[in-house]
Amino acid sequence: MNTPNNLKYAKTDEWVKLDGSIATIGVSDYAQDQLSDIVFIEFNKETEDQVTKGDALATIESVKAAGDVNSPVSGRVLEVNEGLSDIPETINDDPYEKGWLYKIEVSNPSEVDELMDASAYVTYCEGRH
Amino acid sequence: MFIPHTDVERQEMLKTIGKKELSELFNVIPEEFRYPELDIPPALSEMEAQQQFSNLADANNACDEMACFLGAGAYNHYVPATVDFLLHRGEFFTAYTPYQPEISQGTLQAIFEFQSLIANLTGMDIANASHYDGATAAAEACISAYHHFRGKRPKLVLSPNLNPQYLETIHTYFGMLDGSKLLVPEEQTAFSDPDQLATLVDDQTALILMQYPDFLGNIYDLTALTTKAHEQGALVAVSVNPIALGLLKPPADFGVDFVVGEGQPLGIPMSFGGPYLGFFATRKELVRKISGRIVGETVDGQGQRGYVLTLTAREQHIRREKATSNICTNQGLMALAATIYLSLLGKSGLRQVAELCYHKAHYAAQQIAGLEGYKLINNQPFFNEFVVECPKNVSVINQHMLEHGLIGGYDLEKSYPKLKNQMLVAVTELNSREEIDLLVDLLEEARHE
Amino acid sequence: MSEPTIYEISSPGRTGIEYAHLDVPPSELPDAFLREELPLPELSELDIVRHFTHLSKLNYSIDGGFYPLGSCTMKYNPRINEVTARMPGFLKAHPLQPIETVQGSLVIMYLLQETLKEITGFDAVTLQPAAGAQGELVGSLIMRAYHRSRGDLKRTKVLVPDSAHGTNPATSSMAGFEPVNVPSDARGNVDVDRLRELCDDTTAGLMLTNPNTLGLFDEHVLEVIDIVHQAGGLVYGDGANLNALLGVTRPGDLGFDIMHINLHKTFSTPHGGGGPGSGPVAVADFLADFLPDPIVAIIEEGTDEMPPLYGFVHPPHSIGRIKSFHGHFGIIVRALTYIMMQGPDGLRSVAEHAVLNANYLMELLKQDYTLPYDRDCMHEFVLEGVWQDAEGVHALDVAKRLMDYGMHPPTNYFPLIVNEALMIEPTETESKQTLDVFVDAMKKIAKEAHEQPELLHEAPHNTPIGRLDEVKAAKDLVLCCWRPEEE
Repeated sequence: MNTPNNLKYAKTDEWVKLDGSIATIGVSDYAQDQLSDIVFIEFNKETEDQVTKGDALATIESVKAAGDVNSPVSGRVLEVNEGLSDIPETINDDPYEKGWLYKIEVSNPSEVDELMDASAYVTYCEGRH
Repeated sequence: MFIPHTDVERQEMLKTIGKKELSELFNVIPEEFRYPELDIPPALSEMEAQQQFSNLADANNACDEMACFLGAGAYNHYVPATVDFLLHRGEFFTAYTPYQPEISQGTLQAIFEFQSLIANLTGMDIANASHYDGATAAAEACISAYHHFRGKRPKLVLSPNLNPQYLETIHTYFGMLDGSKLLVPEEQTAFSDPDQLATLVDDQTALILMQYPDFLGNIYDLTALTTKAHEQGALVAVSVNPIALGLLKPPADFGVDFVVGEGQPLGIPMSFGGPYLGFFATRKELVRKISGRIVGETVDGQGQRGYVLTLTAREQHIRREKATSNICTNQGLMALAATIYLSLLGKSGLRQVAELCYHKAHYAAQQIAGLEGYKLINNQPFFNEFVVECPKNVSVINQHMLEHGLIGGYDLEKSYPKLKNQMLVAVTELNSREEIDLLVDLLEEARHE
Repeated sequence: MSEPTIYEISSPGRTGIEYAHLDVPPSELPDAFLREELPLPELSELDIVRHFTHLSKLNYSIDGGFYPLGSCTMKYNPRINEVTARMPGFLKAHPLQPIETVQGSLVIMYLLQETLKEITGFDAVTLQPAAGAQGELVGSLIMRAYHRSRGDLKRTKVLVPDSAHGTNPATSSMAGFEPVNVPSDARGNVDVDRLRELCDDTTAGLMLTNPNTLGLFDEHVLEVIDIVHQAGGLVYGDGANLNALLGVTRPGDLGFDIMHINLHKTFSTPHGGGGPGSGPVAVADFLADFLPDPIVAIIEEGTDEMPPLYGFVHPPHSIGRIKSFHGHFGIIVRALTYIMMQGPDGLRSVAEHAVLNANYLMELLKQDYTLPYDRDCMHEFVLEGVWQDAEGVHALDVAKRLMDYGMHPPTNYFPLIVNEALMIEPTETESKQTLDVFVDAMKKIAKEAHEQPELLHEAPHNTPIGRLDEVKAAKDLVLCCWRPEEE
């Protein structure tokens, strides 16, 4: 399982990379592996939408499962990686780079601090087997 | 009979599991509630059972003995012999849902063909594997639309000329969703103008649901209504009679989003109300928003074509509490019946049945309209059902006809108190000219009775 | 091996049926509404008979062999049911005919209502639900209507054990409730302590499958029911597993308030390749007024000369109508036929032999497969299809390999609380000989899993088609007989 150290992780398996006030959000390697072959993604939010921490940002479907992506932060949507709609398997292949889902301007940066760091997330995932 | 165990085998099996008596298997059940005396009749042999059911079947005076002009959601069409012969194959009717595709290709391909036939008939891109019946298919269209907008458009506009049982069903289904709002205009006449309905659609409306032909038989062009609803961002669903689509423009031509309907006319016996077949078709953009099983084509490891249940991530067994519908078992065997029926009739057969229904219904309507005291209410084109205003109470007239071996039309007052003395008459290819003439004679007689 | 589709064997100009000529003068057709094209296939009757006969041969069925699909109760479907359901007096009855002309049908519905009440220990029954899932929906709506009728609006939660069928949580949320997961204890029962903590004045009820999907009868069922009742909630019984209890115990007596019954499982009506089912709902007395509209009743008592008159009644606080007409009448006839041929002793024997068969298989297979809950089971049991010393082999592989031995696999990957679950339900209609052949195959597969795992990974080998590419199916989405680009 690949868990980059420079990212923060939510219990619902989203990762966040914070650049200034801009958070890039995706789903973790652990999550894509659990879902297996991803065949569909639906984005629930568009650019300029306000989101609150916990909002359902997207739904990801594989052949055997479906999962919601919940926003780990609050703020305003700056960009949606809409290209994924045509090639959703990118999330399987490259969850941390090409497989990002949203860029959000964070309204409350302390929400990011509350997330787990990589080692805490690894421990958390191991406890779920 | 159905339990093959001999005494010797039973003893061997009990010994294997370390028990002396069958009753020891149930020690976990609280003793005071174990082995109740069931007050039901002792077992019948097959021969006796057949006789008893035969007596009960004979106690009915059904449409095998009487001419039938009753429709209102179930129709007396001819079921070709081939349909039931093929349904009798145990490989079809004793199989489960095709969860193991390698040994269920028969069921899967038949459903795939059903989806194709329904898509062709309705003019839509895709169809699912079925719903319980026309009423629940209509309710599921409402639910799909509601969830499509994530509850942000809580309003649904329902045509007052929708089958009243469908309206009741939708009310039950929507009673569950707090904050949703069903809008059914109260005025109930044979002339509810669909373009008037369109004015009720606003930016809070998820769906407008129409029927085609509507419950009173009328055929309307729904293009303007659909355009207006789409301008407001709402979706449009239409419930159809599939036999009518053998003759009439498919609703896809109006630009609608969902086409649902009752598949019973497609080779399924009336059987006192069920099992029937709900069908559900939509545009391909909405395929992930609909409920119910869907079969898709794929290949095996050798590149051989095969079929599987697909898009299962929408369904309850995966999504559990997040699924928008709990449907699981559907109407597999009835979908097979419709598949065989539509294949058998094909392009020319379905058109022929539809025309027979149309011409016979219009002949009946003209003859009845010529009777003193009777009036044809429909002022729009109709297909095989129409409304007649009678000189007296419909139930009185129907009673007179019943005594002469004929089941009259539906008494509209039962569903719409305002429609006094109005009878909804249905005519199919099974109604001969003699039967229609008898209907006309009996209506004439009933006026004098 | 693959069979062409009806579109591929279509020949322009062919038809499978000719209708009689029009015997009335034709009327003018409504030009503005005529369809231009009707793109249906064109085949002869023989084309169709052969096509569907070929398709049927690609199916596995109960008629073809052993079908131990857990939770589905794939028992033999007696042929007499097909005869009674097709009697012309039933088949040709219009659902809206005057009740005087359909007394035979109404008697059948009345008898099945009464019989189901007696078998389950409840006080009132509706036959209207089309399937088990719709029965659950009806039950949930009754739960909701009951609490609301008492002005108790804060009961928004329905407790659902973690072993439940997916329909339970899906139904609860569809009915406007919030489903709350209740864990199981180490013996496969509802965790009573957790249940007690979860129950409060927001609890609308508990949905309990008993025996549960592990095939285990809850050892504390009376306590579980009492806890929910004490909190003011109702207990809904998912009747999917009623086959284990026929004539042995009655859920109504145990204290359940509502239960649905799957006629297509317990009462031998065919599964039809995925329906039609039928899911009658039984309730205790105090809930009878909420049942869906309509119910069959005697509306005029009989006299010495006249039989009673049966008709429809409308429960005063009904949750409303949930489908067209009166339920799946054809399925109702089949189920009643079956029950009448069993009688009280026969029903008890059904449950006893279903449970005997399951325990016999469990005993013989637990040597080769991990049995996570090792105690007497009811009509089914769950094994793990995975071994620590057979790396890479999964329940799915075991299932697919079983096809090579000519048998239908058990339900796999359900219930979710068992790792790599294989859920086995033999039913009472299978003989010891059949069970022994199955045991033999399962033991061989366990051995192969360790010695020749590739045999399992590549299975099935002897089926009409190999493992199918489900990812391709979900991504390319070919859902009709023509390709998207052909449009």
